[in-house]
Amino acid sequence: MVTIVFLGKLADLAGAPSLQLAAPLGWAGLKAALPSALAEAVDDPRNRVALNGALLADKAGLQAGAGDEIALLPPVSGG
Amino acid sequence: MRDIRLLHQMFIPGTLIGPFTQANPGLGGVCTFVGEVRYDQGVEALELTHYEPLTLPGMHALADRAFGRFDLMGLLMVHRVGVLRPGEPIVCVSAAALHRRDAIDAVDFCMDHLKSAAWFWKREKRGGQWHWIEPRDQDHADLSRWHEPI
Repeated sequence: MVTIVFLGKLADLAGAPSLQLAAPLGWAGLKAALPSALAEAVDDPRNRVALNGALLADKAGLQAGAGDEIALLPPVSGG
Repeated sequence: MRDIRLLHQMFIPGTLIGPFTQANPGLGGVCTFVGEVRYDQGVEALELTHYEPLTLPGMHALADRAFGRFDLMGLLMVHRVGVLRPGEPIVCVSAAALHRRDAIDAVDFCMDHLKSAAWFWKREKRGGQWHWIEPRDQDHADLSRWHEPI
């Protein structure tokens, strides 16, 4: 399984801070597995994605395997 | 002396600043900024969430850049996460240096980056409802003073 971690308002939309999806998982597969409203929010180009704690330069190139953790990171709040 | 921390409980800045200053003998100046949760109208609480694998490592990377950019003897950078009430300290940055300009500028640099480029998400509770805080243009303007890409 792959763990998906939702940060900020994405956690509200997801209704939970994290969930598990079957491995392997790419960017398109991840979005397809989420409810449409959440998938749309996740697709915001301002969001960053981290795989096992490392930021991805290119989300579309995401490739997660069993035991991996994907974090979906919306823009950080200001002061 | 370098002390970079995320705290999950209320802290009293004076208990950190005193020992930090003592730990940098021979300093010429120490500059400290403490940020507190404002008593904005109707705000009952502020919650900060973070992402463990990125947030603290990001603060360490920021400290590395501050040490590279300014002539520092020491840097204290402490940030709260969790639920905070108005009046509670949320962040404390203190820099010790031989000369005041390095200490003052290092604190300013760290604060601008902590505010808008560190991995924290904030929401505030008003009227019993939580509202996420979005990025502000002013934060990006503050960050651009340092002539770095966001």
